[in-house]
Amino acid sequence: MLKTFSIGGIHPAENKLSAQNPIATLDLPAQAIVMLAQHIGAPAEPVVQKGDIVKTGQLIAKASGFVSANIHAPVSGTIEKIDDVADASGYKRKAIFIKTDGDEWLETIDRTPDLKKEISLSPAEIIQRIADAGIVGMGGATFPTHIKLAPPPGKKCDILIINGVECEPYLTADHRVMLEKGDEIMVGIAILMKALSVNKAIIGIENNKPDAIAHLNKMAQAYQGISIMPLKVQYPQGGEKQLIDACIGRQVPSGKLPIEVGAVVQNIGTALAIYEAVQKNKPLIERVITVTGKSVSTPGNYLARIGTPMLSLIEASGGLPVDTGKIIGGGPMMGKALTSIDIPVTKGSSGLLIMPDREATRQPMQNCIRCAKCVSACPMGLEPYLLMVLSQKGIWDRAEEEKVMDCIECGSCSFTCPSQRPLLDHIRLGKNKVGQIMRSRTK
Amino acid sequence: MSVVMITIATLVVLGATAAVILYAAAQKFKVYEDPRIDQVEAVLPAANCGGCGFPGCRAFAEALVKADDISTLLCPVGGAAVMAQAAGILGKEAAATAPMVAVVRCNGNCDVRPKTNNYDGASSCAIAASLYGGDTGCSFGCLGLGDCVDACQFDAMYMDEKTGLPVIIEDKCVACGACVKACPKIIIQLRKKGPKSRRIFVSCVNKDKGGVARKACEVACIGCGKCEKVCPHGAITITNNLAYIDDEKCKLCRKCVEVCPTNAIHEINFPPRKEKTTEEKTEEAPAN
Amino acid sequence: MNKLTVSPSPHVHSGDSVKKNMYGVIIALMPALLASLWFFGVGALVVTLTSVAACLLFEFLIQKYLLNRAPSILDGSAIITGLLLAFNLPSNLPIALIIIGAAVSIGIGKMAFGGLGNNPFNPALVGRVFLLISFPVQMTSWPLPIASRMSYVDALTGATPLAVLKEGVKSGQSMAELTEKIPSSINLFLGNMGGSLGEVAAIALIIGLAYMLIRRIITWHIPVSVIATVLIFTGILHLVDPQQYVSPLFHLLTGGLLLGAIFMATDYVTSPMSHPGMIVFGVGIGVITVLIRVFGAYPEGVSFAILIMNAFTPLINKYIKPKAFGEVAKPVKA
Ligand code: SF4
Ligand code: SF4
Repeated sequence: MLKTFSIGGIHPAENKLSAQNPIATLDLPAQAIVMLAQHIGAPAEPVVQKGDIVKTGQLIAKASGFVSANIHAPVSGTIEKIDDVADASGYKRKAIFIKTDGDEWLETIDRTPDLKKEISLSPAEIIQRIADAGIVGMGGATFPTHIKLAPPPGKKCDILIINGVECEPYLTADHRVMLEKGDEIMVGIAILMKALSVNKAIIGIENNKPDAIAHLNKMAQAYQGISIMPLKVQYPQGGEKQLIDACIGRQVPSGKLPIEVGAVVQNIGTALAIYEAVQKNKPLIERVITVTGKSVSTPGNYLARIGTPMLSLIEASGGLPVDTGKIIGGGPMMGKALTSIDIPVTKGSSGLLIMPDREATRQPMQNCIRCAKCVSACPMGLEPYLLMVLSQKGIWDRAEEEKVMDCIECGSCSFTCPSQRPLLDHIRLGKNKVGQIMRSRTK
Repeated sequence: MSVVMITIATLVVLGATAAVILYAAAQKFKVYEDPRIDQVEAVLPAANCGGCGFPGCRAFAEALVKADDISTLLCPVGGAAVMAQAAGILGKEAAATAPMVAVVRCNGNCDVRPKTNNYDGASSCAIAASLYGGDTGCSFGCLGLGDCVDACQFDAMYMDEKTGLPVIIEDKCVACGACVKACPKIIIQLRKKGPKSRRIFVSCVNKDKGGVARKACEVACIGCGKCEKVCPHGAITITNNLAYIDDEKCKLCRKCVEVCPTNAIHEINFPPRKEKTTEEKTEEAPAN
Repeated sequence: MNKLTVSPSPHVHSGDSVKKNMYGVIIALMPALLASLWFFGVGALVVTLTSVAACLLFEFLIQKYLLNRAPSILDGSAIITGLLLAFNLPSNLPIALIIIGAAVSIGIGKMAFGGLGNNPFNPALVGRVFLLISFPVQMTSWPLPIASRMSYVDALTGATPLAVLKEGVKSGQSMAELTEKIPSSINLFLGNMGGSLGEVAAIALIIGLAYMLIRRIITWHIPVSVIATVLIFTGILHLVDPQQYVSPLFHLLTGGLLLGAIFMATDYVTSPMSHPGMIVFGVGIGVITVLIRVFGAYPEGVSFAILIMNAFTPLINKYIKPKAFGEVAKPVKA
């Protein structure tokens, strides 16, 4: 029997409309808007000024602080300005505006398509290279990768798990990368294994991608210690904790990181970026994005430079449908609804989902009928109906006891509730509040 | 007969034993309570609103009795009168405080601040604010979902359906500050109620640059600095493209109200102006 | 372009709704309704229609005039209450009593607590127990199946198998004598016996259970734990002294056990929220039912057992939590 995680879970309609469409390279944007905060942690610090000429791949902002990431020029051209721009949530954030003028790359970057297999760098050098290249978790969490690769003292990693699950409905970017960049991914994984000094890696892939499973299985023959694990389709299998549980049956304890059970999880896209950074010296300046939706005329997967306006992605897929009611950055379960399409691609953009009007709004909420379906669905074994009430009433200490902080914000509860209750909306607020309280306590 | 006697005797003995035990327990576990706590509590408004910063009126009374210097403590509901009474009981000095009132520092109703998207999440300002900037171009302004109104225990607020903004009923507002805490955008502020309840404040909290702010909302403070220049008392400062009037320094001369190009400065409870100024105003209006 | 809609994630929904679940339960009740029409004919029809109509009416009136809310009688929950109430009544109960039962169910059992979602006790059972205590004679005269198909209040009546058993054991008859008086297992399974109109046909109730499980309207935890507990408990008793205690199969197929375990104990509102809690709840119902049936004064105890466990539901919810992720962590030696 196929494995999956052990508690809760749901089965949203998969809608992988663009699974068969190969990755197309998008044209360079006329102007690249590079946000300074596109990762978790402190925004990067600009190292260029207005009027500077930059080459593609050149460092334009450096990491500031421990949790932060470098940012590189995605195009070559002139720095127009460093100014505020509304981000996906409508708040103004700093960004570097580059006026594109061709695509002249830094000479140090190897742009040949040849596969480079030998890993000459030492683990410490690998991690440094990854940090230099500004690589962050590409599944959407955007946590700086080099930090994840350096386990805290006293903790030892014994297995690397690669997330090829792509459990979000609609999204197919990782799927395509697995099919088209199999070799690069394998080398990327080998690099990661060396950096972590583990001799075992598992690629978890849901069973709805048999072609990717077969393809990578074939590739894996040539690499020591890498195996593919097909998993039963169930959301949220791509959650770090769920994936570890599904693949190796270890459960990360409440409030702890995966390293506690000896595992490190990396995304497929990240593995590819690591290959390019370490073997080709290429920083993270582009990524694969799925543009999809039932009303989109040609859903597709695109390789786009960071800083490309979302609008050009939509245009490449046949333009914005007239009945568009909602645009989501990411997948429908955990993605963020956008307030406008005048925002740029960032390192964490995994998809752009366009929903027609009729699907865009929620149904009216009703009383909780205590059906316990949210409890059955929650992959963390929480009681969402209760957490919602506690958070509405502001009973933060009870919410903490009921482990509100364990919520992974997967949305399974809101998805399931027959009364259409906005459970996660309230639980997320509860998490924020309880998190603040806990931090102020340790201070 | 003897049955009756035995019954009565048993009951008497039982009762007596229980009484002794109860008395002993009461003595043993007795806690000394300062009688003044009760006296002070009696003069407090019993609203238990938490505006004083304590979990309820009794806790506040305890704090008043315990503290040597009570000048930093204030019951906003009872105000100076109640504090004086309490101070009298305790023989301490209460600080002289001016009465306060809550003001809403956003005037962006639907006509002047057009909606740019539709919010469809749980109806709570806190949730909307943690999600995004809001359903208009202004990411500082009122979200209109009424967390403040829910927080008010004195029925002193309501949402105006037409403007989508909260309104404070001055006479009912006790300045407990619950709404100030509830608003995730920090739009509501407690300000001096002012003589004859007259006060002047900037009804905007937008820190965007003038052009951006103005584009999102016609009545936004654009940080032009005209008010700062005209104020004879140095009460106005501009930081981050936003004017702020210090209610300690403001002498209510109303000069700033006249010069503000976006009408972001509000005057409350003033008599109507003399002819001349009103005319000017009406003439100016279409130009805005 | 129209204004975009913005909301927190998730942006999709399962499409499930209160209505779908409620109507799912109603569909699941249909086989049992058909069986009752087969066995009790007109009586069953009159009782069911009256009960459903009365429940809908009371729900409507109370919501509209007492609570000043928009009536939501079409969400299906009042229909379920009406059906379940009817299923718990003998098919010759006078209309007036049914209406009283419906009024108590909806008025006291449900609306007094704030309507759907807030009632601590199963409304249909509140109505049933009220009637049982107030009108014990009418509530315990059971029309004979099939024989009284064409008659309503004047139907021929007899005792339920459980009552026969209880009387028999009390008067010291041997189990062998008693077995002759009660219907055979196959008749019990099909529902050919006296009893409340909806509880008789085991097969129909089990079909309903299967339907609800397949549609994921309920989970298996409550019905299975109730039934398993009764089987095990009465099984042990039967093994200890087969002369004194009847076989577990008899307990399973008679009285309201299946109806209770499948449709009443699983009521969303009044049952626990976590799977372990549901099992505790089910075991509790099973144990109390057997205690009442075997050692108590009443021949039947499912209704009381469910109501008693309903009262414990908040406590169960408080102390019995779902299995949390990470609790079974096996720390790994590297
Ligand atoms: S969002 Fe949180 S509470 Fe809801 S199902 Fe997911 S983990 Fe559980
Ligand atoms: S799924 Fe919805 S209705 Fe059911 S218990 Fe949870 S919150 Fe209540």
